[in-house]
Amino acid sequence: MSARVARLRRTAIPYVLELPGGAWVVFFFVVPLAAILSVSLMTGNSIDGYTLTWNFHIYPDVIDQYSTQFVRSFYYGLASTAIALVVMYPVAYWIAFHGGRHKSTLLLVILLPFFVSFVIRILTWQFILADQGIVLGTLKDIGLLPSGFHVLSTPAAVIAGLTYDALPFMALPIYVALENIDRTHIEAAADLGASRFEQFLRVVLPLSAPGVYAGILLVAITNIGDYVSAAILGGPSTTMIGNIIQTQYVQNANYPTASALALILMAALLLGMWVYTRAFGTRTLQEYV
Amino acid sequence: MSAGAGTGVLGARPTAGPRRLRRFVLPGYVIAVIAYTLVPIAVMILYSFNKAPSGRLTFAWKGFTLDWYKHPFDIPDLTSALVHSLEIASLSTLIATALGVPAALALARYRFRGRALSDLVILADIAAPSVVVGASLLGFFIYLGVPRGFATILIAHVAFNVAFVVVVVQARVRDLDESLVEAAKDLGANPLVAFWKVTFPLVFPGILAGALLAFALSIDDFIITSFVAGQTLTFPLWVYGAVKVGIPPQVFVMGTLIFLAGVAIAIANVVAQRRRGQAAA
Amino acid sequence: MEADPAFLRGLTQSRFSRRRFVRAGATAAAVAGFGSALSACGIAGTRDTGAPAGFDWASWWARQQKHGVLDWANWPLYIDTSHGSHPSLELFTKQTGIQVNYKPVIQDNASFFSQISPVLQEKQGIGYDLIVITDGWELTQMIANSWLIPLDHSRIPNFARYAGPIARHPVFDPKNRYTVTWQAGITGIGYDPRMTGREITSVKDLWDPAFKGKVGMMSDNTELGSVGMLALGIDPAKSTPADWKRAATLLTKQRDEGIVRQYYDQSYIKALEDGDTWITQAWSGDIFQANYSGFGHLKFVIPKEGGMLWHDNCMIPLHAQNPVDALEWVDFYYQPKIEAMIEDWVNYLCPVPAAQPKIANGLDDPSVANSPLVFPSAADMSRLRGYYDFKGIDDHDEWTSIFDPVIQS
Repeated sequence: MSARVARLRRTAIPYVLELPGGAWVVFFFVVPLAAILSVSLMTGNSIDGYTLTWNFHIYPDVIDQYSTQFVRSFYYGLASTAIALVVMYPVAYWIAFHGGRHKSTLLLVILLPFFVSFVIRILTWQFILADQGIVLGTLKDIGLLPSGFHVLSTPAAVIAGLTYDALPFMALPIYVALENIDRTHIEAAADLGASRFEQFLRVVLPLSAPGVYAGILLVAITNIGDYVSAAILGGPSTTMIGNIIQTQYVQNANYPTASALALILMAALLLGMWVYTRAFGTRTLQEYV
Repeated sequence: MSAGAGTGVLGARPTAGPRRLRRFVLPGYVIAVIAYTLVPIAVMILYSFNKAPSGRLTFAWKGFTLDWYKHPFDIPDLTSALVHSLEIASLSTLIATALGVPAALALARYRFRGRALSDLVILADIAAPSVVVGASLLGFFIYLGVPRGFATILIAHVAFNVAFVVVVVQARVRDLDESLVEAAKDLGANPLVAFWKVTFPLVFPGILAGALLAFALSIDDFIITSFVAGQTLTFPLWVYGAVKVGIPPQVFVMGTLIFLAGVAIAIANVVAQRRRGQAAA
Repeated sequence: MEADPAFLRGLTQSRFSRRRFVRAGATAAAVAGFGSALSACGIAGTRDTGAPAGFDWASWWARQQKHGVLDWANWPLYIDTSHGSHPSLELFTKQTGIQVNYKPVIQDNASFFSQISPVLQEKQGIGYDLIVITDGWELTQMIANSWLIPLDHSRIPNFARYAGPIARHPVFDPKNRYTVTWQAGITGIGYDPRMTGREITSVKDLWDPAFKGKVGMMSDNTELGSVGMLALGIDPAKSTPADWKRAATLLTKQRDEGIVRQYYDQSYIKALEDGDTWITQAWSGDIFQANYSGFGHLKFVIPKEGGMLWHDNCMIPLHAQNPVDALEWVDFYYQPKIEAMIEDWVNYLCPVPAAQPKIANGLDDPSVANSPLVFPSAADMSRLRGYYDFKGIDDHDEWTSIFDPVIQS
């Protein structure tokens, strides 16, 4: 075989390998996003049809109309992310540094709830937190809680649901980051006289930053866009932007508005990713996902 | 100084006082958190044994029964929804693995134009909020006039599963010791043989992990499926719809069975890895 | 790591080079070009996708044959059920030889409609010969788009013979051209007298601060808007957009004062049973069935300002494969003894008055036979109102934009 043909084959190989998978993702992920960009700029209704009118004005209109829901979604999303971070960092830390032989088992145990359908898990929480259910009912019978007390249909319940779902996804990237820390750095700090607390604050914590940020990004974006938690555990004023998108698409057939809202959410994700890759590089984010 | 077995990394010498407290407090905390994450699972398993005379579960404990395990398939719509979920999960996992493994190899091994962009797109696919993915696919299908049903659910599931398979397998390929492949080539193996006999067996655990992840994600998926399902029902969709009138116990039975199957696979995976690790040592 | 200046610089300054700029511009141009290529299409509407005007339905019906199979989509829990099978359907198959594929898949008018309308828009069949839709915007659209096959009344003589006043000539389909009533129902108030402490008689009781946080309202914006207007003494069928705004203000006040626990879809009944709510907007049949499943203390009332009367209607969509079989079933179930079988289980408003004695005597079930929720008296009927009939899509969009913000705040 001539050298030129061999070289051609070598350069072609990665493209050939990547093509089928890449084509699927492009056609069924990227293109639909472009398609709904087009839809968001249309006007019309379901009877007369929609035509592209380059209605860019829909974006400020929609942000204005649903500003409450946007703000609320960011608040619930970031609050649940923060709680998940605080709860899971120590767990990831303990597994990485004190897990010993049982590390993979412990990680598995953290991931166990994941095997049960997410809908069933939220439903079970609804079951558990029912006004007269196992937990509240018993507490009310004893007299520890007023009979009118309820957890469901409050923002707290929605945030709790979001947090619960996020716990494993927050733990994993942090664990990977902690696991990858070169132990000699910590030993060097110890040798230089740093206390254990200082070792943690000045060496471990900063070195785990990429994993922490990866976890925050993943969890926050997922939670901001969620609608199931609000639908099952929420109340009259807990509507999130995900609920609005769902209603506008499936019930009201208001495609331009729904598409615009979805794209705004996507833009928030891309912004988050851009900030991350600027700070840590593209490859790093992949390692923690 | 250096880490000794059982002493932990940050402390070389166990001492009395605050350190011993930390030795109990932190693990105690971890156990508490893990217990908390398992509470709904425990409730689900427990209540799958609860009597339910009206056919719908209530939180009042009515007595232990194995009835629901004897008749898990009594509700035809629920059973067919579960079957749909299993079919879609299996098919989408197969397709996603077939598409994702080569792509992962390409991204991990080779430098080519468009690699950075591919990385970004894969990342965006993983991190994109489900509402956005579901809504955009629905909008796309409406735009093209494609009727929603089994096929569109499958398409959507493969689209996100490919990205997860790529990321998991890529990590594994990158950790691979290139010198082993080089050695095989030096010994006269052509690239295909080198791949099959050296790379593939070493990457296989990663492929398996990616496939398992894809399967679990597909069975579990609710939001994206709810947008593109049309009239077809999958297990999570059926359950969500049933909440309105009350969940039949069969739902908890099926959830428990799926959970136990997942646990079994995970344990098998860990055991196999440990055995392989021991063999390699 | 402290704020390393290089780190900060990398984070905040863009590393632009001319090459990058050109490449970015090229990508942007490609995306824009792609976008405009997509724009050549738009999304088609539903106008003129139905049966052509002036189509000769009489000859069409004359040509149709019985095929021995019927595909029927209905709502869950809406037909007599005994250990997983449906006696009325089995009797039908035994008598006529027609195999019925019964699919209780309809959870919600809006989502069912959003699934079938694209198919009908493409002038294709949806796979059902008979579907059941409530009177409302979706039904209005089905009729306006000519997506329904007009019924051949010569094939359903039992309808003419036995249908009661509830079923005949409803406002939304005079002459029953396209629809026959499957069941009708009343939207009123359901409550737990042990918790409310008193009898409920008025729609305004839903606004009572004594029930703060324990009131359930419906998330269906037609139901919600209508009850708001009833509270103001307005007849929803005759209302105007100004009335809608007044009702929305009243409903928003109810929510902002913390009186509403949640806006529910059909799960309101579970909330009432569980004690999450004490008083709620409710459908008559759900309370009836709750009484039979261990919640005998729950009560239903038609408020003095009025209750809403709705119809769930059978209809034949365009491109149905087995229209003759569909009508055979309709004719079959309008017999009093069959209707009695079904009514005894479903417990909503019965469209066949003659079924009443059959239930009382033949099936020996006086609780159903004497129930005003199944066979309402004339006095009850006079308190029932119809929903507002939307004149067009702009009308409907205005209603939605006024009432949706109350539910999704």
